[in-house]
Amino acid sequence: MRSPLAAVLGCLLLAVAAQAEEPIKLDVVDGALPKSLTGAPGSAEAGQKVFLNRTLGNCLACHQVSSLKSEEFHGEVGPSLDGVAGRYSEAQLRLIVANPKLIFADTVMPAFFRNEGLNRVRPEFVGKSILTAAQVEDVVAFLETLK
Amino acid sequence: MVARYDSLALLTAVALVLSGFAASGQEAERKGIPAPPGHVFKTIISGYEYRSKETRALQDDDLENPGFLAIERATDMWKTVEGSEGKSCMSCHGDAETSMKGVGAAMPKWSEKLNKPVNLEQQINICRSEHMKAEPWAFKSQQLTDMTAFVRNQSRGMPVTVKTDGPMSPWFEKGKQIYYTRVGQLDLACASCHEQNNGKFLRADFLSQGQSNGFPTYRLRDQRLIPLHERFEGCMFDVRGVPYKPLSDEFLALELYVAWRGIGLPVETPSVRN
Ligand code: HEC
Ligand code: HEC
Repeated sequence: MRSPLAAVLGCLLLAVAAQAEEPIKLDVVDGALPKSLTGAPGSAEAGQKVFLNRTLGNCLACHQVSSLKSEEFHGEVGPSLDGVAGRYSEAQLRLIVANPKLIFADTVMPAFFRNEGLNRVRPEFVGKSILTAAQVEDVVAFLETLK
Repeated sequence: MVARYDSLALLTAVALVLSGFAASGQEAERKGIPAPPGHVFKTIISGYEYRSKETRALQDDDLENPGFLAIERATDMWKTVEGSEGKSCMSCHGDAETSMKGVGAAMPKWSEKLNKPVNLEQQINICRSEHMKAEPWAFKSQQLTDMTAFVRNQSRGMPVTVKTDGPMSPWFEKGKQIYYTRVGQLDLACASCHEQNNGKFLRADFLSQGQSNGFPTYRLRDQRLIPLHERFEGCMFDVRGVPYKPLSDEFLALELYVAWRGIGLPVETPSVRN
């Protein structure tokens, strides 16, 4: 049996944890995010790892990428990302990863840099974005290699 | 005449080739049933059609289908006296093959007494606590899932039917609202996967329409039967959402709504899924 006091303390801790995270604000300019989220360029090599990792980007769950052919299981929910760097500017790609809902209305693609306005989020993820600012920059750098 | 006949034949041949192409697309090659007017799908398709040849073969063979072990266990439990009233299921219902035929195909069902819908698991536990004066079985316990599968199996092949009007109507609406509400850090609704993207791969998972006609289903991954609300929980958990509680009003409403989405599909319990 959990004591009522422990339950109250647990709630307090959760409330504190949730409050510690500032809501993320994106500086959107003309359907794009011109500024790096970290102020520095990302690493394409690190970005490929984030892209593939099932608990991070897991982008391959939905997208296909020919240069990653050696990886098993490319999803079909989203379009192929081959040549995506030719279709969008770096600034547009940054917004697509950070919050695609601002570009593609009603898309099923998750916003990877958003930490509020979500429904029934598991406690361990409350107030947290799926990717950190640095990870978003890395993924964008990786997408830039898909010419 | 001859020329005309030829061009007709050619047209037919072209049409056949074209429809052949269409059939290699998403819905066409998977067998389904036509949906009633006003339904979300044109064709309602069981999860069975989305599984591999091997998985389907396992489901089709009653001797190989591991779900039948549960049916066997429950066949014995049906006759087992438990509780202070000295009764078994059979004391009240007799032979399940006749008395339970069709029951599992029409759940959840309105209960006048409780003034809410009840599903099969709940009805089984109501019988246990009220008529047998036995302890209700815990959700996900082997006994409850086995017995649910056993009762549902008596409707195998019968079409799923649920009442959604009258007092059921607010429950139906609530279930529908849950189905279309995005949840979790990944911000996805049931419809995002099972309506918008069925027939597509989500990494290694081949998305189906998320139908409930095979439940409880034997999951190869877990090597046991899975009740429907556990699947709901899993889908909500995977999008990093907080699932509703099994047998909660929310999941009951969702069960009703999902059953309606699969209206007319044959009951497949115990189905086999990966
Ligand atoms: C749950 C599915 C899903 C996941 C996961 C996902 N995407 Fe997407 N993505 C989509 C869909 C669907 C679209 C098409 C936009 C729309 O909905 O109209 C899209 C579009 C895009 C586009 C624009 C492509 C084009 O040619 O227009 C880019 C770039 C992109 N995604 C990158 C990513 C990256 C990078 C990740 C991981 C960090 C990712 N996606 C994860 C579903 C997904
Ligand atoms: C991120 C994608 C996703 C979301 C969102 C999702 N599911 Fe699923 N669901 C799956 C996958 C993958 C499977 C296993 C393959 C299949 O049968 O589609 C599955 C299976 C199922 C099944 C079993 C189908 C069968 O034939 O055995 C049911 C029922 C189901 N889901 C219902 C739901 C409901 C209800 C919701 C919302 C609460 C939901 N799902 C949300 C991905 C999802």
